[in-house]
Amino acid sequence: MWIENARKILPAWAKNGGDQTDVVLASRARLARNLQDLSFPGHASEATMKEVLRRVEQAVNAIRADHSPLKLTRMEDLPLLERQILVEKHLVSPQHIERPQHRAVILNADESVSTMVNEEDHLRIQAILPGQQISEATAAADKMDDLLEERLDYAFHEEKGYLTACPTNTGTGMRVSVMVHLPALSMIDQTRRLLSALSQIGLNVRGIYGEGSEAYGDIYQISNQMSLGRTEEEILYNLQTACAQLVESERTARDAIVRDSKLQVEDKVWRAFGTLSQARLLTSEEALRLTSDVKLGTDLQIIPDMKSIYLKELLFVTSPGILQKIIGREMSPGERDQYRAMLVRDLVNPNK
Amino acid sequence: MLCEECHKRQAVVHFTKIVNNEKTDYHFCEECARQKSEELGLIMKPHYTMQNFFTGLLGADTENVFVTQPDYDTYKCNSCGLTFTDFRRTGRLGCGSCYEAFNDSLDPLLRRMHGASKHTGKVPKRTGGTLRVRHEIEALRGKLAEAIRMEEYEQAARLRDQIRELEKDQA
Repeated sequence: MWIENARKILPAWAKNGGDQTDVVLASRARLARNLQDLSFPGHASEATMKEVLRRVEQAVNAIRADHSPLKLTRMEDLPLLERQILVEKHLVSPQHIERPQHRAVILNADESVSTMVNEEDHLRIQAILPGQQISEATAAADKMDDLLEERLDYAFHEEKGYLTACPTNTGTGMRVSVMVHLPALSMIDQTRRLLSALSQIGLNVRGIYGEGSEAYGDIYQISNQMSLGRTEEEILYNLQTACAQLVESERTARDAIVRDSKLQVEDKVWRAFGTLSQARLLTSEEALRLTSDVKLGTDLQIIPDMKSIYLKELLFVTSPGILQKIIGREMSPGERDQYRAMLVRDLVNPNK
Repeated sequence: MLCEECHKRQAVVHFTKIVNNEKTDYHFCEECARQKSEELGLIMKPHYTMQNFFTGLLGADTENVFVTQPDYDTYKCNSCGLTFTDFRRTGRLGCGSCYEAFNDSLDPLLRRMHGASKHTGKVPKRTGGTLRVRHEIEALRGKLAEAIRMEEYEQAARLRDQIRELEKDQA
């Protein structure tokens, strides 16, 4: 019962869809934009931030009249838990909910496109889709940009391009990324080497929780470093090529471990499955690590009847805010571990 | 691998000590390594932050770029009031006009970050001026050259007409 309810609030990226889902979990494109003649949010007065929000709201209302439904929500109107859930759905950044005053988010119907208002830049337009859909995500963000741009004057410089608060985003203001699952490469100790090769071609590698975080569950985020001096197509192509190579390497590694150490892999996968299906207490970190092993097991068809969106669904329901939403009340961390284990058991043993 | 000191965090500092042909391996997390750095004779760099990163990038050419503006506090954007000192501290600019105000220092910084300092991507319709059309003409010229090289003269003629049309609009 709760599973159906939880599935109703799954964001677009956590559902089925996209290509190469055995390795690529989600694709994201982000565009940073600012309004002309107004200070950037980090250096703006309250009055300026209000003015930004007013202009954006006006534009959104005009777009809504002609196009698909868009919803603008002010952060200060949301209870803390709902804000936390937006972060866990990856629709807004953690920084965006810290100081909610004059900050907002614009969402489309299926929540695949979200635009933060007054984060580090006046507008942060992002699209996240499941699987390898980098060009689809880029197109979706680009379309939202076009809609806003028809109604708003952007800060733009002929030579420098779109002007952003941080010079690392200047130019196209574009950051594209893929979230990839590389368990076999990490089993054969090849991730470090591969990932450092990526930085040689202008790509950034981070753990699942962003800058400087550990790659829990062998999940990595790969994104472009440079945004100026190349076209959007070039940035996109560079990431697509690298992503295709990563997928290829991971698949080769999976073949190799199945060929050379089948029993060890099976053991690892079934142990993880055993713990997830029986544990009475689970921290989110442990849940993620074990789910990573189980996902490998389903992709390799060691565990036959499991769907492969599994990892994302588990990832989603086990994050603290969502978990509390599903259970319907606030809980202490210890209590959360107990309920997390309960939900995971339900998900892993669907026939029970 | 977990840190051998706290047994909690991931070990990220791996260190081999050889004394009198006796080899000892250490595996610490960053925090424990920092605490033990003196005892082990390790030199740990201060925490890596965005701020250090910028200061580092900017500092590298302080000598030649800032000669004319040695006083960072008076070097500021007249539009939003941000001083260059503020920028060095936060790594964030205050408004669009800062790009003009600090152009002399920003240009080399952008070049170092992006390997380029000239935008070649998307141009907004409302505030992009004629740049959008100029980019389009440039792209068409490229296609025209390609068509001529492939001896596709009908296609080339069509492209030439398109370019003329766009140029006429601009004039």
